[in-house]
Amino acid sequence: MTEAIEQASNAGKNPRPIKLACRNVWKLFGSNAADFIRERDGKASMADVSAAGLVGAVRAVDLEIRQGEIFIIMGLSGSGKSTLVRCMSRLVEPTHGKVEFEGKDLLKISDAALIELRRHRMGMVFQNFALLPHLNVLDNIAFPLSIQGQDRSTREARAREVIELVGLRGREHFYPRELSGGQQQRVGIARSLATKPEIWFLDEPFSALDPLIRREMQDELMRLQTMLHKTIVFITHDFDEAIRLADRIAIMKDGEVIQIGTPEELVVNPATDYVAEFTRDVDRAKVISARSLMRACDGAEHGGTVAPEAKIASFSASIVAAGKPFAVINGTGTPIGEVTPQAVIDLLAGIERAGA
Amino acid sequence: MTVTASASQTRPPIQRWLVIWVLALAAVLVVFLLQDRLPWAVNYPVEAVVPVADWVSALMGWIKSNLSWLTRSVTAVLGVPLDFALNLLAKNFKFGHGADAFVLPRLSWVGVCAAAFLAGYAAGGRRLGLLVGGCFLYIALFGQWTSAMLTLALISIAVPFCIVTGLFAGIWAWRKPWAERFVVSPALDLMQTIPTFAYLIPMLLLFGNSPVSAMIATAIFATPPMVRATMLGLSRVPSEIDDFSEMAGCTARQKLWRVLLPSARPTLMVGVNQVIMLALNMVIIASMIGAGGLGYDVLLALRALKVGEAMEAGLAIVALAIALDRLSQAIAHKQATGNVHRSSASPRFWRRYPNLTLAIAILVVTTLLGLFVQAFAAVPKAITFTTAPLWKAAVNWVTINFFDVIEAFRVALILNVLNPLRAFCEGFPWLGAVFLLGLAGYQLSGLRLAALVAALTAFCAITGLWEKTMATVYLCGISAFIACLIGIPIGLAAARSDRFEKIVTPVIDTLQVLPSFCFIIPVVMLFRVGDVTAMIATVAFAVVPAIRYTNHGIRQVPPALIEAAKVSGCTPRQTFFRVQLPLALPEIMLGVNQTILMALAMIIICAMVGTRDLGQEVFIALSKADSGRGIVAGLAIAFIGIVADRLFNAWTAKARARLG
Ligand SMILES: Nc1ncnc2c1ncn2[C@@H]1O[C@H](COP(=O)(O)OP(=O)(O)O)[C@@H](O)[C@H]1O
Ligand SMILES: [Mg+2]
Repeated sequence: MTEAIEQASNAGKNPRPIKLACRNVWKLFGSNAADFIRERDGKASMADVSAAGLVGAVRAVDLEIRQGEIFIIMGLSGSGKSTLVRCMSRLVEPTHGKVEFEGKDLLKISDAALIELRRHRMGMVFQNFALLPHLNVLDNIAFPLSIQGQDRSTREARAREVIELVGLRGREHFYPRELSGGQQQRVGIARSLATKPEIWFLDEPFSALDPLIRREMQDELMRLQTMLHKTIVFITHDFDEAIRLADRIAIMKDGEVIQIGTPEELVVNPATDYVAEFTRDVDRAKVISARSLMRACDGAEHGGTVAPEAKIASFSASIVAAGKPFAVINGTGTPIGEVTPQAVIDLLAGIERAGA
Repeated sequence: MTVTASASQTRPPIQRWLVIWVLALAAVLVVFLLQDRLPWAVNYPVEAVVPVADWVSALMGWIKSNLSWLTRSVTAVLGVPLDFALNLLAKNFKFGHGADAFVLPRLSWVGVCAAAFLAGYAAGGRRLGLLVGGCFLYIALFGQWTSAMLTLALISIAVPFCIVTGLFAGIWAWRKPWAERFVVSPALDLMQTIPTFAYLIPMLLLFGNSPVSAMIATAIFATPPMVRATMLGLSRVPSEIDDFSEMAGCTARQKLWRVLLPSARPTLMVGVNQVIMLALNMVIIASMIGAGGLGYDVLLALRALKVGEAMEAGLAIVALAIALDRLSQAIAHKQATGNVHRSSASPRFWRRYPNLTLAIAILVVTTLLGLFVQAFAAVPKAITFTTAPLWKAAVNWVTINFFDVIEAFRVALILNVLNPLRAFCEGFPWLGAVFLLGLAGYQLSGLRLAALVAALTAFCAITGLWEKTMATVYLCGISAFIACLIGIPIGLAAARSDRFEKIVTPVIDTLQVLPSFCFIIPVVMLFRVGDVTAMIATVAFAVVPAIRYTNHGIRQVPPALIEAAKVSGCTPRQTFFRVQLPLALPEIMLGVNQTILMALAMIIICAMVGTRDLGQEVFIALSKADSGRGIVAGLAIAFIGIVADRLFNAWTAKARARLG
C-alpha cells in the first residue's frame, strides 16, 4: 500500500534521480543475528525476531531518497531512526540488505573508498552536537578538512566561509562550552557543510534545543537549503518539525517503515491508525492544499483564484471574507476545480465531511 | 511474582547456608583440637614446603648473568635523562675533572620557587600560586632543598615514562578486548596489590643500588592508574563523537590521536595526577635502593632514631606532596571544564604563554645570577630554620610527662588485644582457612571464585609462609577493623551534616596524598617500634576510604526515595536505618574493601618499625638482596589482598543485585 501512495505522489512530477536507496535493510542486535536473517531469506516477523532473543532495531526497510529533497524519518524514540540513518552511512553495518549510493552498493566498497566517500560526499549533524571540546569554533569546523590533509590557510578560508554562512562571525575563537546550544549546533552544521557534501544526514539536530531556538534553526535550515540544494535525510520525533521541513516523510514504528509520503498524503490518507494518531493534532490547514479540498466547479461565481499546491491556511482568511468559492487554476490558467468557503470552514473547525 | 512468594523461596537457601557454615566451623574446630593427631593440617609440614623461592632465585640469577648486557644498556640509556634532571635540579653540571673542571650551576632555588608560584597561578589563580610557591619556599627555608630536588628530579623523569607506557597499554587494552581480559586487567590487579617493597628487590638485583633502579621501580609501580584512566577515558567518549570522527573520514589513527584521546583528556589528567602521587610515594620508598632524596633522609634518621630530623624531612615530603597534588589536580580540573578563548589570539609565544615565558625568564636570570651571587645558587644558611630540636624537645616533653600513660596504653593493647589475636591467627589451621575461604567464595560467586581463593590461600601455606601470612592477616585485619570503626561513623556524620563534611574533606584529601612513609614518623616517636606503632600508623593511613565511601554512599541515595520514606511516615531514625543505610551498604562495603587493601599496603611498609610478618620477610630479603624470598613473600601479600578483594567484590555485587 505504501508503494501505491508513493507512486501516486510522483505521478505527474519529473522524478529526480535516486541518490540513496535502502533495499530490504535489516539491523538486528544480538548474537547470530546475521545467520538468523539469512536463514529466513530476509523475511521475519516481529514475533520471530523477539523469540530469537534479538532486538529488531531496523526491519525490512525499503526506501528511495531523491536528489535535492528533504527526506524526513520520523518516529518515536527507540523506533530505530538513528540506527537506520547509521546504516545509510555504514556507521552501523546492516545485518541484511543493500544500501545503494547512486546505484552502487555501499556495503561492498572498500574501507578506503568509504573514507573517501565520507570525506567528500557525506555530512552529518548530531543531536548533541558532537563538537570536539579541545578545539575552538574555527578549528572544529576546519577539522574535517584538516583530516583530509588540506593546508592551514585553505581550510581556514573555507571554515570562515561556512562560519559566515551560519552566522557565527565573531565567535571563531570561542570554545564549544562558551556557546549556547543553538550556537553549538550552528557550529555542528557549519562543520558538516565545510566539506561540501552532497548528502546531508541530520540526526535529531534540534531536539536538544529550546522550542523557540528550534524554530529559528528550522528557518535557518530552510534558508540554507534554498541556497545549497543538498539531499537531506533529517530525523526527528516531532511531527510539527517534520511537516515544516519535509518534502517527504517516512514514519517508523518498532524498526519498520509504515508509510512514506508527503505531509499532505500522510494527513489525508494515513496508512494505519498509528499514522492517523500522529497526524491528528496537526494544523491541517497548513498541510492540506487546495488540490485535496477542491471539487468540480458547479457554475457558481468565483471570488478569486488559487494554485492547486496552495495550502489552505494561505487563503483561508480571504475566502471566508469573500464568502464565495475560489477557482483552482493550473499553470496555464485553466480552472480545474473550486474550493468552497464551507469546505475551508469545515476543515478549520475539524469537521469531517463524508467523501473528503 | 509476588513478594511473599519470592520471600518464601529465598528463605530455605539462607537457612541451608547457615547449617553449612556451622558444620564447617565445627569441622575446623575439630581439626584445631586434634592438632596433636593431625599436625599437618594445622601447621604446614616443613618437609613438604615447595621451594618456589629457590626457583625464583635461580631464575633471577639466570636473568642477571645472561642478560647483564641488557640491564647494563638499559641503565646507561635511562641514566642520561636522569642524570640531566638530577644535575639540573639538584647537583650542578660538572664537565672535566680536577682543577680545570667547569661547572654549570643547577637551577636557582629562587627561580624554582617563582616558577612554582607561576605554575600554580596559571593553573588555579593566585591562591593556588601562593600555596604551591609557599610549599617550595617552605622546603627551601627549612633546609631540605637539595634532597627535595633530588626527589623531584626522579619524579620528573619517571612520570612521563609512566604516562607514555600507561597510554599505550591502555590503548592496546581498549582496542583488543581479549588483551584487556587476559593480560592487562589481571596484571593491573596484581601490580596494585603487590607491596611496594617487593618491586624493589628485582630492581636491586638487576640494576644495582642506583637512582636508575629506583626510577624503574617507580615507573613500574606508578603506571597502573594511567592504564586504567586511558581505558576509562576512551570508553567514555560519547558515541556521537566516535560517529563524528567516522563521518569526517578519519583513518583509525587519526580517530584515536586527534579525536578520542583529546576528548578523553579530562579523564587522562586524573590519571596523571594519580601517577604523580604514586610516583612520589614510591620514590620515597625507593630510597632504600639508592633513590636518595627526602626518603633517604627519613630512612637514615629513623634508623638512627633521630626523631627531629625524620620529622623535618617528613614534613618536606608532605609539602612536596601537597604542592604536586594540588597543582596537577587544578590542571586536571581545568581540562575538565574546558578551554576558554583568549580575546587576542596573538601568534607570539610570549603573548600566548605569558606565565611560562616569565617563569623561564626568571629561572634563567636567577640561575645566571647564582654564578655571581652565592645566595641565588644555594639557600643561604642564615635564612634557613631548623625545627629538629623543637620536635625533639616536644617528643621529650611528651615522653617525660606522659610516659606512664602511653606505656600503659601500649602494654594493655599488646597484652589484652594484640597478643591473643596474634596467637589465635598464627595457630589457625591452614587447611581450615583454605576450606573456609573456599566455601565463602563458593557461596558468594561459585566454583571459579572458590577455586581461585583456595588456591591463592594454599600458595601461602605450601611456600612455608603460613605463620607469617597469618601474622600479616592479623595486623592488617585489626588495623582495618579499627579504621572502619573510626571511619564509618565519621563518614556517616559527614553525610548528615554539610558543615562537618566541609571540615572533613580537606583533611582526608591531605591524608590521601601523603606518602605512606610519613605516617610512621610521628607514631614511632611516641610508641617506639613494634606492633602498636604499625597498627596506629596503618589506621591513620587506611581510614580515608572508609570515610569517603560511606559519605558518598549515603549521599547518593536518591532524594526521591528519602522523600517517599518521609511521606509514608518514617521518623528520621527509621529513614536512616531502613532506607539510607541499606541502600548505601554496597558503597560502604567498597570503602571497607579499599581500607583493607590500603591497610595491607601500609602494614608491609611498617616492617621498618619491626613487625614480624611478611613485610619483615620482604624487608630482610631486600637487605640481603635475596630475590626469591622477597618475591615469594611479595606474592603472598598480593594474594592476601586479592583474596580479600575478590570476596568483597563478589559480596558487594550480590548485595547490589539484591537491591536492584
Ligand atoms: N548497540 C546496540 N545494541 C543493542 N540494541 C541497540 C543498539 N543500538 C540501538 N539499539 C536498540 O535499537 C532500537 C532502536 O534504537 P535507535 O535507532 O537509537 O532509536 P531512535 O533513534 O529512533 O530513538 C532501540 O530499541 C535500541 O534499544
Ligand atoms: Mg536517536
